[in-house]
Amino acid sequence: MLPGTAVLRVGRDALASLSEDAGRDLGARPAGPVEVEERAGVRVLILRGDWTAPSLVACERALSAEAGPRAERLRFDLANLARMDTAGAWLIQREVKLREEAGASVEVTGATEAVATLLATVTRHDVEHPPIEPPYVNPIAAMIERLGAGTFSLLRAAAELVNFLGLLLVTLARSLVQPRRLRLVSIVSHMEATGLNAMPIVGLLSFLIGIVLAYQSADQLAKFGAEIFTVNIVGIGMLREMGVILTAIIVAGRSGSAFTAQIGTMKVNQEIDAMTTIGLDPIEVLVVPRVIALSITLPLLTFYAILMGLLGGAVMANASLDITFVQFLRQLNSAVTLSSFWFGVLKAVPFAFVIAMVGCFEGLKVKGDAASVGEQTTRSVVESIFLVIVIDAVLSIFASVVGI
Amino acid sequence: MSARQDDSVIRVTGLRTQFGRQVIHDGLDFEVRRGEVMGIVGGSGTGKSVLLRTIIGLITPAAGRIEVLGHDMAALSDSERLAVQRRWGVLFQDGALFSSLTVGQNIAVPMKEHLKLPPHLSADLAALKIHMVGLPPEACAKYPSELSGGMRKRAGLARALSLDPEILFLDEPTAGLDPIGAANFDQLILDLRNAMGLTVVMVTHDLDSLHTICDRISVLVDKRVKVGTMAGLMEDPHPWIQDYFRGPRGRAALGDAAADHVGV
Repeated sequence: MLPGTAVLRVGRDALASLSEDAGRDLGARPAGPVEVEERAGVRVLILRGDWTAPSLVACERALSAEAGPRAERLRFDLANLARMDTAGAWLIQREVKLREEAGASVEVTGATEAVATLLATVTRHDVEHPPIEPPYVNPIAAMIERLGAGTFSLLRAAAELVNFLGLLLVTLARSLVQPRRLRLVSIVSHMEATGLNAMPIVGLLSFLIGIVLAYQSADQLAKFGAEIFTVNIVGIGMLREMGVILTAIIVAGRSGSAFTAQIGTMKVNQEIDAMTTIGLDPIEVLVVPRVIALSITLPLLTFYAILMGLLGGAVMANASLDITFVQFLRQLNSAVTLSSFWFGVLKAVPFAFVIAMVGCFEGLKVKGDAASVGEQTTRSVVESIFLVIVIDAVLSIFASVVGI
Repeated sequence: MSARQDDSVIRVTGLRTQFGRQVIHDGLDFEVRRGEVMGIVGGSGTGKSVLLRTIIGLITPAAGRIEVLGHDMAALSDSERLAVQRRWGVLFQDGALFSSLTVGQNIAVPMKEHLKLPPHLSADLAALKIHMVGLPPEACAKYPSELSGGMRKRAGLARALSLDPEILFLDEPTAGLDPIGAANFDQLILDLRNAMGLTVVMVTHDLDSLHTICDRISVLVDKRVKVGTMAGLMEDPHPWIQDYFRGPRGRAALGDAAADHVGV
């Protein structure tokens, strides 16, 4: 089929034809992988030693150096090969092919049966192929392309997210109208995972932020002799902003990413397909319980975070400013209103909704392989934190206009 | 037998593997000779893949000695172990290709890492291996996610063959290939074995492969192996072995054997 195969003289016949050359090894000088002899007008390349992948570079160099210019008749003598693997065989057959294409008559002799089999196998499989490297791209063009693609995919993602929001709201409304469709066990289990299990970390971090907030403001206010207003700053700060934002960010990193990874893994395992085939709506079964669970737990966690933050502030005020707990509470009572508290805690509901929705949305967008799960999880966390802060900013402006 | 002892490339003695309290193998002895194709079969959960993974060092056994190519694997230093590892290739069940590299690059990885081959040689050799396992040349430039499951498996085989290993470990190689592809694969294994003295250890359920290319078969039963040729194992009274080889599929695969014998 290919020119190389026809010239393989295999096995004992080839060896017999070489018997006239017996004794040529007696010199036994330490030669490279290729040794050249001229015999009766035939240029004979005697290949020695290991023709294997580790020595391939040396073999290639020797072959291109020794083959000589425009030999009419060429013979490759393989009788002295110590070892040969597919890499060596490939190199030999490539040389044979090149020589033949250049018009030489080429003979291969001295191949043992194993070597001949390997040569034939390699010859059969040596084909033209495209480069194995991905095609080179100009880095500047690639950057511009990436920017464009990124912008479009951002817009598309935004459109898809709005689309998903609609789908979710319809499914949610249907579930609320027919409460039988609500999966209570699932909701409670997600409440445990996202709420109860998050309490240690949320509590600890809020406590620490309370301390930091108190310490930083005390430092500044002491210059005016207004240390007592530290309580106002800690109180208002925790109640209106810090408590809910901090909790939302922790939960986005902890539970939003978990939602994406859980649903994404199910997507990779084709569990979502199986679910649809059985007649279960993935939105109803997977998304709605998570959204409801997080919408219940995030406000509760926020409440808990506010308490811990105030506690941290009180401890710090007590330690560094000699403000007793009673003084702290009295000052707090005059500083904050109930509306500040509700403003902080109720913001948690839209935040929870967005975090759960984005987490599930990115999970459902996972395709094919495991790498995609990691990618979407990253996106999910970044997007949900971004949206939480945007919503917070909008609500803050709204609050200042309305005067809460 | 004693003359053949020197021929063994893998010798496992007194192997015991367990996960927690669940014992998978207990006092298992297993030997593979140079140049043979050894099939490993067994029911689900009998530890076929576990045996394979233990030999290649991914699972540490609770007890027992594993010798590969004359080296006691537990006694080797890291660099010695690496040197032995270069002399075997492994095909995992789903190919286990690196998803961020093209198929060609996947196969060139061991050549670049271990042999420092220049790109023009490694690319051509990678393409050669790819064609050898029955993939079209265009597959070189594709990413693993663009291939079907069966093609990924072949690409994984090409990577296992990348360094021309002495031992080839195959985990369910023909599962997911179409019958023609599976038969070609069997033929390829035979060709390579003949050309290079390749030793093959394969976990398989493909009775056709077992019959066509396996010289000996190890059956995992009762936490140990029973080794024999297919014909020898047919005579074994163990009920699972009887069910396995004498079931309808086993008879179908062996029916050809009977026909072959008549033909000869």
